[in-house]
Amino acid sequence: MRQELTCITCPMGCHLTIERPDGGAEGEMAVTGNRCPRGAAYAREELLAPKRTVTATCRIHRGGAGASFETSGGPRRVPCRTRAPFPKERVNELLAAIYKLEVNLPVERGAVLIKDALGLGIDVVATRTLH
Amino acid sequence: MKELSFDSVVIGGGAAGMAAALELEAAGKSVAVIEREERLGGILTQCVHNGFGLIEFNEELTGPEFAERFEEKLAGRPIQAFCGCTVLELDAAGIEKVVTCVSPKQGVMRLSCRVVILAMGCRERNRGNIRIPGSRPAGIFTAGLAQRLVNVEGYVPGKECVIIGSGDIGLIMARRMSWIGCKVHAVIEIMPYPSGLTRNIVQCLKDFGIPLYLSHLTTDIFGRDRVEGIEVAPIENGALMTEKAFKIPCDTVLLSVGLVPENELSRMAGVSINPMTNGPWVDSYLMTSLSGVFACGNVLHVHDLVDFVVEESRRAGRFAAAWLGGSRPVRELRVKAGSNVRYVAPSRVEPGRDNKLYLRSMIVKNDALLEVKQGGKLLRSQKKNHVQPSEMLTLELGEKELGAASGMPDASLEVSIQ
Amino acid sequence: MGGCFDVAIIGAGVCGANIARRLSSYELDVALVEKEADVSFGVSKANSGIVHGGFHHNKKYLKARLEIQGAMMFDRLKVELDFPFARCGIVVVALHEDEMRAVEQLYAQGVENGVIGIEMCSAERMLELEPKLSRDAMGGLYAPGGGIVEPYRFVFSLVESATKNGLQLFTDWKVAAAERSDDEWTVHAEDGRSLRARYVVNCAGLYADEVSRIFGAEDYTIKGRKGEYYLLDKLTKSKPNRVVFPVPTSISKGMLVVPTVEGTVLIGPTASAVDDKDNAATTRTELETILRSARNMVPDVSETDVITSFAGIRPTLGEDYYIDASAKVPAFIQVAGIQSPGLTASPAIGEYVKDLLKKAGLKLVEKADWDPCIEKSPRARELSAFELDKLIAENPEYGEVVCRCERVTEAEIVAAIRRGHTTLDGIKYFTRAQMGRCQGGFCTYKIIKILMRETGMSWDAITKHGRESTVLRGEL
Repeated sequence: MRQELTCITCPMGCHLTIERPDGGAEGEMAVTGNRCPRGAAYAREELLAPKRTVTATCRIHRGGAGASFETSGGPRRVPCRTRAPFPKERVNELLAAIYKLEVNLPVERGAVLIKDALGLGIDVVATRTLH
Repeated sequence: MKELSFDSVVIGGGAAGMAAALELEAAGKSVAVIEREERLGGILTQCVHNGFGLIEFNEELTGPEFAERFEEKLAGRPIQAFCGCTVLELDAAGIEKVVTCVSPKQGVMRLSCRVVILAMGCRERNRGNIRIPGSRPAGIFTAGLAQRLVNVEGYVPGKECVIIGSGDIGLIMARRMSWIGCKVHAVIEIMPYPSGLTRNIVQCLKDFGIPLYLSHLTTDIFGRDRVEGIEVAPIENGALMTEKAFKIPCDTVLLSVGLVPENELSRMAGVSINPMTNGPWVDSYLMTSLSGVFACGNVLHVHDLVDFVVEESRRAGRFAAAWLGGSRPVRELRVKAGSNVRYVAPSRVEPGRDNKLYLRSMIVKNDALLEVKQGGKLLRSQKKNHVQPSEMLTLELGEKELGAASGMPDASLEVSIQ
Repeated sequence: MGGCFDVAIIGAGVCGANIARRLSSYELDVALVEKEADVSFGVSKANSGIVHGGFHHNKKYLKARLEIQGAMMFDRLKVELDFPFARCGIVVVALHEDEMRAVEQLYAQGVENGVIGIEMCSAERMLELEPKLSRDAMGGLYAPGGGIVEPYRFVFSLVESATKNGLQLFTDWKVAAAERSDDEWTVHAEDGRSLRARYVVNCAGLYADEVSRIFGAEDYTIKGRKGEYYLLDKLTKSKPNRVVFPVPTSISKGMLVVPTVEGTVLIGPTASAVDDKDNAATTRTELETILRSARNMVPDVSETDVITSFAGIRPTLGEDYYIDASAKVPAFIQVAGIQSPGLTASPAIGEYVKDLLKKAGLKLVEKADWDPCIEKSPRARELSAFELDKLIAENPEYGEVVCRCERVTEAEIVAAIRRGHTTLDGIKYFTRAQMGRCQGGFCTYKIIKILMRETGMSWDAITKHGRESTVLRGEL
């Protein structure tokens, strides 16, 4: 079976062609079109276990602030990220979990907001310090 | 009215302003940074996606992380940062410069200094600039405004979205809107190639099955009170095919149609502007046509990597400090944009030392050749694996290459791409 | 509704606002109803913003007489109210020898109409008066009394003055039905509200014909003629000193180059008949003709200076204004077909309608305590550094610059909101925030937050211009 991908590891964007023999083992593949070994590694991962770094924002816990929080003028979201690329097919689930969060202020950059997200060993951390 | 005095004033506290300020302070100069937002960081604070700092920190950081690392560097140093403060006027005609600014806390302040660094960044092109006709309903946002509303304020600008322009901001917002549960119906691009990075086409469009219409012009936006749709028409062989126009229903239009360096203050102060970059003309010290006024970052020319912004701004800070100490360029050569090059900045180099030029290609090409010539004679040739207009190129020219340059006072260099 | 108003004015555009203010100086209960979310949201916000020179129309027409009278009233109004106005002068340029014939005719008409200071100009004099003109200018005429005004600020000021003196304003109030009984009109709004009034003034602009029919009055048709405009950046090289007119055509005064009173340059308008009076969309082809025409007169006009475009629709009804008491129904004054020079004529229309009402039996007793002036709202961009510094000490919100392009501070946004302008467009017209280079790219989210804070509105109530124009579609 033949597949085509664009490598996104560097700005060159090599056009990769991947040949996987029918009936062969899952990991058996020949990658052509890459100008460096990172292309082969990318193709492998993208086809077998595609991952994406997920960035998002989460709600800030209002507590007793009430209406004044809404209009106080400060940021209303805490930005966050997965510490490492996350399995692509579980991203929507992860986002749903992130959107349910309510973060208490103050929060430090790097603070773990979700430990071991979806049991996949990757933390979601805050990317900004907010008071 | 408060009157304060510093060696240098930096206008803008984003990546460029912070990097320049750190260099000035390191060289022993007193520095004030004026930033109109409540916190330093500039546009990075709303860019919650990753991709920043690969060169600077050898890590792929998000915008806020990158900004905060620089914020922390400043916090440890005697750099006076005035946040929530907007510059009203720059008077830089004389040796003593006066920056007039205002904030609720400080009232109107006059800061006098001997050196000013312009680091105001850029603004987005809007619908009026590109003249998309049609009605004027609610629901039309520049991509950056939508990004601020979503990432910082926590609001959803719309549910059914079309993005005009395939620049990186538009592509990033295509993904962001999809990740917050909106349907992005299409990205419309007037050129025959996308203007954003390929990796963004893959991870922001292909990942979500969002169609990209290349060589298409948006000919109408309609909707009475709120956007109801847009009309696009293909461009074939350079001609607009209005008979092939079709409508895309949507309730939101995001515009990602280019950035313009924010040089209103500069123009009012009398700084000469290069029409190719919309930023100031600068010499090899990154000094503008006004003595003692330097420029760096997006206000000088629109960058795509914050790492280059920081690198360029560090140079500006160092040169400004050296200039304050009496250092001046000894002999400069003009640098011009040759074939297939849109612009080169700065527009001068000094042969006696290392120079770093930033330039943009006008073509998309693999295995291209970047050449520096003087009067037809080749001084330097550099292979580039890949060039495209949306990716800034850098070029280092040192004593080695420039030593051979002619000593004629009006000699100029030409940078071209083959 | 409780009591019965003496007069109900339908339509809060430049005519309704002037009539309302005029009537507010008498012992009368007056209501001003407006179908949009704010006043001046109809034709009055999308026009050339010119106080005309008084030479374009023959004085046999009512509109010409009202234009001359109205033009003279602006100086006093500027002193009493709070709107930008300047008499920069008007030039009409002839680019060919045969156009000079038309100019001479306009000049003669101006002299007939009693225009002060109007003069015929040679090519040399034209270029001296207006250095931005093309060298092809053969000559023309100069009317030093012509001027520029910000039309929405004019309307806002008039209404503010009227409400200060007792006028009651009702917005989002669209006339749906009306009936008369016992010397009173009962007028019903689309949303169920209603009011009673002894007299009604119909100045409903594009929809004056529909309102007339609702009241059982004369049957006529207002036809829309759309005019598209481009707005150029403040820093454009093409900014003239005077309002530049071409020689007029049979249907319009032509496409102008206007140095707006706030510093930008307006070019246009076009003139094309439209069926849908609601459709103020701009079109590609029309916008291209504007650039070409403007460049003929002022060569420095460049498309790179364009920051936005918009269209207005003229309410046309024959050759002249229809301002008269209805002959069909009692106590009903028609003010219809007020196209150019409507803005110029409007103060005089206020007087004229007051006289029509008096003739129709309305008793006019002057208020002893009528205050013609309104408080001028300080604007940071008009202040010196010292004045601004002092103001910030009293009100720190004057130190918070919200719209950097037009230098509009938070205090001014709050002032707009407190005066009832609670849509993004209303705030825009009152303060100029969102009108500058970046067209709201930087300040819109700030304005939304201030609006929510000041009014308690939730995010889903924020609109661009009322009705269904909500800006945000969800909250994360």
